[in-house]
Amino acid sequence: MRYGDKVAVDALDLTVERNTITAVLGPNGAGKTTTLETCEGYRRPHAGSVRVLGMDPIRQRSALIPRIGVMLQGQGAWSGARALEMLTHIAKLHANPLDVDMLADRIGLHDCGRTPYRRLSGGQQQRLGLAMAVVGRPEVVFVDEPTAGMDPLARRSTWELLGELRDDGVTVVLTTHYMDEAERLADRIHIIDQGRMIASGTPLELTRGGTATIRLVVTKPFPEGAPENLQRALGDQVEVRPISEISLLITGPADHTTLATVAAWCETQGVLPESLNLGQRNLEDVFLEITGRELES
Amino acid sequence: MTGTFTPAPGSAPLAKQVAAQARMEARLMIRNGEQLLLAVVIPVIVLIGGVVGANHVGFDFDQSAIDTFTPGVLALAVMSTAFTSLAIATGFERRYGVIKRLGASPLPRAGLLAGKVGALLLVEVLQVIVIGAVALTMGWSPELSPAALAATAAAILLGTAAFASLGLFVAGVLRAEATLAAANLIYLLLMAGGAVVLPVSEYGGAKVVLDHLPSGALGEAMRNALIHGEFSGGYLAVLAIWAAVGTILTARTFKWE
Repeated sequence: MRYGDKVAVDALDLTVERNTITAVLGPNGAGKTTTLETCEGYRRPHAGSVRVLGMDPIRQRSALIPRIGVMLQGQGAWSGARALEMLTHIAKLHANPLDVDMLADRIGLHDCGRTPYRRLSGGQQQRLGLAMAVVGRPEVVFVDEPTAGMDPLARRSTWELLGELRDDGVTVVLTTHYMDEAERLADRIHIIDQGRMIASGTPLELTRGGTATIRLVVTKPFPEGAPENLQRALGDQVEVRPISEISLLITGPADHTTLATVAAWCETQGVLPESLNLGQRNLEDVFLEITGRELES
Repeated sequence: MTGTFTPAPGSAPLAKQVAAQARMEARLMIRNGEQLLLAVVIPVIVLIGGVVGANHVGFDFDQSAIDTFTPGVLALAVMSTAFTSLAIATGFERRYGVIKRLGASPLPRAGLLAGKVGALLLVEVLQVIVIGAVALTMGWSPELSPAALAATAAAILLGTAAFASLGLFVAGVLRAEATLAAANLIYLLLMAGGAVVLPVSEYGGAKVVLDHLPSGALGEAMRNALIHGEFSGGYLAVLAIWAAVGTILTARTFKWE
């Protein structure tokens, strides 16, 4: 899949199992939306093939579209249409839609049901977008950044709703650049970066590996060669990776020896730790390990 | 497994979808202040202003001023809805991703188009009722034979087809703001100099050109229908040709997103 000369998504091999929540995780510009829109039949792949429910999203579009639900990233409604009016309209295009009032209650749209779309907050527009995606009782829903712009409460209730969809037999495919969202919600996570899949698995599989991490942030930039010094002091069992000029990620057994070595190293380098976090590796560390960059900047 | 969200996908019958789409679009058009201004307020002002002005200046028509002006004002109303309102609404639908969103709904493209036509006809019926009522109170006495009504309906339908296809063409090639400006400008130019409201015969040497513009053809077809009860085959043919040209241009250039 390319735009002009830029290859947006390349050699992405990805299969989604029915009745699961699959997260496509990656930084902005990784090719998440392009991947989703290719599944939704908005874009024609330049090479390779896409099948959704066994169908070609472009050639069998009219058969496929009624069976899927789509939440676009922003917009997608008449600016003068009221929230519930818009949802009701989309419901009327389907054969067996959900009860609009019930859905509006569940998604928290009732307090703004008579508000024109252009005056809804970003979070309310997101919720309406999600409601429009599920109102037709689809088998598969594609949701693009479902919680972007939502407050924490709305985020949590969106997660609950997506979980309930899965439990009721809907297949959910979502994109996100929030690793906590993917980690909490997804049965399976595909991490993509610059249009390529870089890791894939259940949240447990991805974060497993037994390795603990130490994140060290210091108050002023390290002297030159300092990270290499630390690596030498810690030995082969432990990996030291500079993240920025004031922070390091140390992966390996976070035992007393390691900690003491790190503390002694701080003293000899003349730097003062601002924070020192110990923990299992999370998806952010996985991303960092593979790409050498932070997921969220 | 029967939960709240248990899948039960499917499309509503196409006729139901088109009706829902037509009603929704008509509602939005009527709710929008600027569009309502174009659809009803300006034609009514033109009607009253025209009649008062003609009586004041002493224009010499074959018929009374109100009988001359009303068919033209109805033509103006059709033009404002089918061309200007449709172009502006469609331009912003593209901009705001509405057409993209509807592309992910069961409503097929042909259904969306049919819905738009339905919405135009609904709004035009309202316009005819309001403008007709104002005209009747001002002493309008139209020709109402079956032939006159059939000729009027033919003029309105072909005029709608011609202007709607041209409106979609403009909305398809320009950005939303440029569509807004162009659609209003073209409307103003045709209202002033396009022989919509005033008969072609009032424009002297420009008649040859105006006879072949959709504005002049629709105006003349409406006047012939409602004043003389006559079908005007030539003008209806001009409208049909414009509709064909507009449809081809739109089909070649229109992008749904």
